[in-house]
Amino acid sequence: MTHANDPSAGAPMRADHPLSMDELAAVIAADIPSGAFVNLGIGQPTRIADHLSASSGVVLHTENGMLNMGPRAEGDAVDPDLTNAGKVPVTELPGAAYFHQADSFAMMRGGHLDVCVLGAYQVGFQGDLANWHTGAPDAVPAVGGAMDLAIGAKEVHVMMPLFTRSDQPKLVPLCTYPLTGVGCVSRVYTDHGVFEVGARGVRIRETYGVGARELARRLGITDPDTPPTG
Amino acid sequence: MSRAEVVESADAAVAGVEDGATVLVGGFGLAGMPFDLIEALIRQGAKDLTIVSNNAGNGEVGLAALLAAGRVRKVVCSFPRQADSWVFDRLYRSGEIELELVPQGNLAERMRAAGAGIGAFYCPTAIGTPLAEGREEREIDGRRYLLEYPIRGDYALIGAYRADTLGNLTYRRTARNFGPVMATAAATTVVQVDQIVEAGQLDPEAVVTPSIYVDRIVQVQTRRHTVQGAR
Repeated sequence: MTHANDPSAGAPMRADHPLSMDELAAVIAADIPSGAFVNLGIGQPTRIADHLSASSGVVLHTENGMLNMGPRAEGDAVDPDLTNAGKVPVTELPGAAYFHQADSFAMMRGGHLDVCVLGAYQVGFQGDLANWHTGAPDAVPAVGGAMDLAIGAKEVHVMMPLFTRSDQPKLVPLCTYPLTGVGCVSRVYTDHGVFEVGARGVRIRETYGVGARELARRLGITDPDTPPTG
Repeated sequence: MSRAEVVESADAAVAGVEDGATVLVGGFGLAGMPFDLIEALIRQGAKDLTIVSNNAGNGEVGLAALLAAGRVRKVVCSFPRQADSWVFDRLYRSGEIELELVPQGNLAERMRAAGAGIGAFYCPTAIGTPLAEGREEREIDGRRYLLEYPIRGDYALIGAYRADTLGNLTYRRTARNFGPVMATAAATTVVQVDQIVEAGQLDPEAVVTPSIYVDRIVQVQTRRHTVQGAR
């Protein structure tokens, strides 16, 4: 597995400032193993596709029924019969395959999908995921494939800003929003750093524009130097 | 007489849908949605319907038009909230429509189970979440699962690409989505297609839905729409 800090990966990321979502997408893309089968969630994670080179051999799965999905379709290439899970028109790459919904989700639950990268409202230190419902009484709930992906992919990673607009951490000891899955997330990519999470707690892998101790203090992580903590 | 019937109009294709029926409606967003069959169902007049579909309508067309016509009592779906789901949002917030939210993979697998004669199955999706509340749980080989029951339809309305006169079907691209599963899970499966060809003109290796699942076929001038505001 290559890493974005490795100069050979040629990634634009530098650690002296918080990353933009596009820079973060490049970090995540560089972490995805060559040849992996990958599902990118609706929203920010779709940007990761822009940073995957053809030579990476990564095959994108979209849960509405396709493998080897290509980039967003523009102009004459738009076909209403060919969309991604966010219902955006996309294209097909050579070697694409179509299949129905029961097969598409069997691929997830059956352990055939290597990685999925999802957005989140909150992630718990032990890997709990909350990304489907704010719990607000007037909100219309929608879950889509999030709960299936959360328990199905071999590795579930999250891409999200680390703080809300009101500066509240989204990586938290325990989620307060309704859960999508329990203990399912293994890694969290954020604009301020990358975290490994799970049953043994949270560990800071790298930081962007902030020291590990300062970041640990803001998040309530007890000691970044003695992983793992919880 | 169980062989599929080629009918002349969408209206003939949806004849007999009764008030209170459960209707499986194909499509993911607008890809694969059977617009002509839904419009015919609106003209046909059946009400108090339970609709099973991935979404709960986009814009003003298709399923959204059926909801706006006040024919739907309950929607069973995975993802009602979208940029252009204002018809459903209004009905839901005013309490005029019931929602049963089902994770997308369970929605598909529960219909697959119905079509395959499976009485129920254990699935790990939604364990430990609010959607697991009140449900039967079981631990198998150290992993927790929820008991899931089949979803059957009285009717399935689906959009495919080509049919032969026997009812064998092919689909186009991601418009396939729920069609093949829904076709197996309803007492009466009704299909609109772009083209009907003679038996023998579809490559048997390319048939996705075999004719045994199909009851009525109608050829239409298929309209296709993209979801506005998708991102």
